[in-house]
Amino acid sequence: MSERAGVEVRLENLVRRYGTVTALDGLSLTLAPGELVALLGPSGCGKTTALRLLAGLEEADQGRIVIGGNDVTGLPTNRRNIGMVFQAYSLFPHMVAWENVAFGLQMRHVGTAERKKRALETLELVGLGKFAYRYANQMSGGQQQRVALARALAINPQVLLLDEPLSALDAKVRSRLRDEIRRVQLEVGITTLFVTHDQEEALAIADRVGVMQAGKLEQLGPPTLVYSRPATPFVADFVGLTNRMAGTVRGGAVEVRGASIPLVHPDTPDGPATALVRPEAVTLAGNADGESGPLTGTVIAVAFLGAVSRVTVDLGDTTVLAQLPTSAASQHPAGSRVRLELRSDPVLVQREETAPVAS
Amino acid sequence: MALARSVQRTRRLKLQAFRIAVFALAAVFFLIPLSAMVEFSTRANNGSRTLEYWQSITTYPEMTDAIVASLQLAVITSLVMLVLLVPTMVWVRLKLHRLNRIVEFICLLPLTIPAIVLVVGLFPMYIWLGTNLSDSILTLALAYVVLVLPYCYRALDAGLGAIDVKTLTEAARSLGAGWFTVMWRIIVPNISNAILNATLLSVALVLGEYTIANNLLYNNLQVELVHLGRASAGTSIAVAVGSLFFAFVLLVAIAFVGGRPRRMRGDPVAAVAGPLQASQA
Repeated sequence: MSERAGVEVRLENLVRRYGTVTALDGLSLTLAPGELVALLGPSGCGKTTALRLLAGLEEADQGRIVIGGNDVTGLPTNRRNIGMVFQAYSLFPHMVAWENVAFGLQMRHVGTAERKKRALETLELVGLGKFAYRYANQMSGGQQQRVALARALAINPQVLLLDEPLSALDAKVRSRLRDEIRRVQLEVGITTLFVTHDQEEALAIADRVGVMQAGKLEQLGPPTLVYSRPATPFVADFVGLTNRMAGTVRGGAVEVRGASIPLVHPDTPDGPATALVRPEAVTLAGNADGESGPLTGTVIAVAFLGAVSRVTVDLGDTTVLAQLPTSAASQHPAGSRVRLELRSDPVLVQREETAPVAS
Repeated sequence: MALARSVQRTRRLKLQAFRIAVFALAAVFFLIPLSAMVEFSTRANNGSRTLEYWQSITTYPEMTDAIVASLQLAVITSLVMLVLLVPTMVWVRLKLHRLNRIVEFICLLPLTIPAIVLVVGLFPMYIWLGTNLSDSILTLALAYVVLVLPYCYRALDAGLGAIDVKTLTEAARSLGAGWFTVMWRIIVPNISNAILNATLLSVALVLGEYTIANNLLYNNLQVELVHLGRASAGTSIAVAVGSLFFAFVLLVAIAFVGGRPRRMRGDPVAAVAGPLQASQA
């Protein structure tokens, strides 16, 4: 398969309503050539709607879609030159794998010999050359999705759209296929929009992650930035775990249980607020038998997650999650008294549940 | 271990015996009347065996015409039904899901209307058709399409319910397929069994239809059989057995042609090995 340069994709002020429900509320998003952007968000946030509008499977009530400089807003799906992998298994059951992959080429009037050759090549690209003569019901879910990926790529599309392609697979296959998709995407260099509700998936695979809520893009940025510097409390809440700790904003920092933590938005007005602290920003300073203090509590649970463990500490009036290496966590079994420390990573604060403080 | 195996074996044998008993009962139920009909149609007045009634079928030209007309009606009805029903049902599933119940209700409605009532309703239309367009027996196909609608709807609905029409259609569209290609290359091959079942039902219903044809004064196979029965009971029964046998052969042929299992195309090793259990990717 030859290398090819991706194209720029622009979604401009897209609006989509279903009756009284606004699924997309003025979404604007630009994908750079060859970039993989993951749209992340809870069910009903509009991420799939955005992808379906880009695919042409639905029509926007307002806005424009530009692919490679061409306005494709009014074009039907079959004339947009996009490749799409669906959440549900979508291989044509009456065709073997290579015929599935060759279907799009046939629609483009490629000759029989040439389309078989290209189909087999594309199957090789996704590591399924040996499965070319299998029907969908003779392949596992992961294999089917890889054939679907090959089918989407075989037509040399301008854009690749991935609609939660891993959600029906078990964890191990999902992780492997996720890496496989990224490898192929980088190899082919195609501009890709990946929709998922799985934050780990989005953070692991994407060049940039867009977090959506209620039809709007809350934040768009590199995975590390979205995770470490969430733009809004919703992003902080949705991407990764967050401790909500009562505190007071004063002079560009928030005081939480005697500790002062800098703010992501230092211009936040003074006053009481809830600080959103990541579990990995909480460390266990040591045993605190017989001690008392605002950051002293009792370990009530230790969840083993492999290399790291998550420790739940009861501070009396609230519980706090701390994430630390398993070797460190093992020194604090359930029931032991510990003293917490809060790292001085900048945090977001929230005035009330319904009124987030964000610039 | 050995005890469990023995219990399992006994259970399997009992199940096998039950199956054979049910099959034998069903065979007796169907074969006794058929054997009686064959016996009657080959019995001469003096009690000896004869093929006179069977041979005399060809001497009734109306019968040949009626058989041909019924077969033509079966083909036309099946085709019109499929052309009407398959795209409509697919479109409703894809674009007008809210209308699904209404379409189902309309398609099942003829089940609740007795054939004689249907005739009363259709009669003025057939008078108009006969006067202005054609009085050919083939116009009966219009009424028969209505008649077979509920049965064919159910068969096709089951077929469409077994596949993910929306995803397959969207996948094909995203690969560049137009609507006709989607229908012909993707949907139809995947509901071929349902189409076959609907066709079988349609053919069987049309070949066995009497009330509408008789009351609208058309002579199809069943009407001619009744006429013939009044003139010669032996010939009438011979035709009945013959038409049953013909319908049976026809249905088996359609089922055989349409229901052939898939092969592993182009992969001799896999073809020999048969379907393999897929390992996780």
